[in-house]
Amino acid sequence: MTENRSKLNKELAQMLKGGVIMDVTSPEQAKIAEDAGACAVMALERIPADIRAAGGVSRMSDPKMIKGIQKAVSIPVMAKVRIGHFVEAQILEAIEIDYIDESEVLSPADDLHHIDKTRFNVPFVCGARDLGEALRRVAEGATMIRTKGEAGTGDIVQAVRHMRTLNSEIRRVVSLREDELYVAAKDMQVPVHLLQYVHENGKLPVVNFAAGGVATPADAALMMQLGAEGVFVGSGIFKSGNPAKRAAAVVKAVTNYNNPAILAELSEDLGEAMVGINADEISILMAERGK
Amino acid sequence: MRIGVLALQGAFIEHIRMLESLGAETFEIRNISDLKERPDGLILPGGESTVMSKLLQDLGLYEKLRSLILSDTPVMGTCAGLILLAKYVEGGRPSLATMDITAVRNAYGRQLGSFETYAPFADTGDIQMTFIRAPVITAPGKNVVVLAQVDGNIVAAREENQLVLSFHPELGKDPAVHRYFINMISGNA
Repeated sequence: MTENRSKLNKELAQMLKGGVIMDVTSPEQAKIAEDAGACAVMALERIPADIRAAGGVSRMSDPKMIKGIQKAVSIPVMAKVRIGHFVEAQILEAIEIDYIDESEVLSPADDLHHIDKTRFNVPFVCGARDLGEALRRVAEGATMIRTKGEAGTGDIVQAVRHMRTLNSEIRRVVSLREDELYVAAKDMQVPVHLLQYVHENGKLPVVNFAAGGVATPADAALMMQLGAEGVFVGSGIFKSGNPAKRAAAVVKAVTNYNNPAILAELSEDLGEAMVGINADEISILMAERGK
Repeated sequence: MRIGVLALQGAFIEHIRMLESLGAETFEIRNISDLKERPDGLILPGGESTVMSKLLQDLGLYEKLRSLILSDTPVMGTCAGLILLAKYVEGGRPSLATMDITAVRNAYGRQLGSFETYAPFADTGDIQMTFIRAPVITAPGKNVVVLAQVDGNIVAAREENQLVLSFHPELGKDPAVHRYFINMISGNA
């Protein structure tokens, strides 16, 4: 990936800011998401809640199914590959996907290495639980970061923890003296030039979204008030009673995240939220995959 | 000079920073109460036009914004903002539909087709132009002045108080386009 391509890919993420990216499993769902105001869709065969329920090995989706979704909507289409599975990424690049999510939600293909994302022209988003993970993914070529949260649970607690951790670490890095950044970079296992960027700008060098466990408009607004620049909603929409209505409400909540009167109005009468599982009660913590 | 930047979704902060670097006062437009006072200018930023178009309706902003534009408030639309202003949209529904152009959405294809180039804009000489899943303009009406072309495609145009760009002048460091818009507001362009 040339420097210029990397810049364009960061800039596409800038265009997604203030928006909601929704998991969809069919062209019909993609259409519902687009009509509800999604700024992009994530095409996958099974949403995280079902991946969690089914167990076994979870892989990249069938390219035919992804192409069906690309045909159905005009907004950007993203899809997931397994951590470290660079051939799945090559396949998605070949079908001109708009963004690849190298995702802990699928079964990791490599327990040591992430994909060298600098070798691709298509952009990548990766999950992170803290500043160290985020900057390591950026060093590998990610042009967008999201919290890992705990996908498929409908429990927001992990996403909140990851966003708070990331932002408090950013504030700490800003407060350091310049000559202290070298040791900080060593301790965090990140390249010093990325830490210098954070020190000077008080933010990540790429856009940062919230993901994992967002189920309600209030959850989405909570993540925005904690500093997210946009929100991924996975199982929360299509595992709920009225997906179209809930999807539209989450979109409006992200735009008006600081306006409690509007949030109250659009939280009314949304039907059943996804049932959810408490993140402490599950045996597989997806967020532990890929550090 | 107070310029309202539509802040429903997309890259609105980049516009605000650019305008403030030129000394203009800005405010975000998120719902109808933000438009109590008449702004001197409006910016419709880049992002997803389908999202902004829907939110304009849902949040009750559509009529008010449209009447401001039709009553000569200077407006600049970039990328998705261009699509919102176009009277005709190939492969999509028009939104505000105030400017006599046809917008072709995603004219350069998917993200792999996004690119950066330098080309002349109005009378300012070459400027950096960043195209991200960008639209182009076809069928400009008789009062539309073409301000920039790239590879034969119209990528910037103006009709009276409305300025549209396929590319993203808010992303680079060059404030030439925003300066042009500010001159438009003050009646000097």
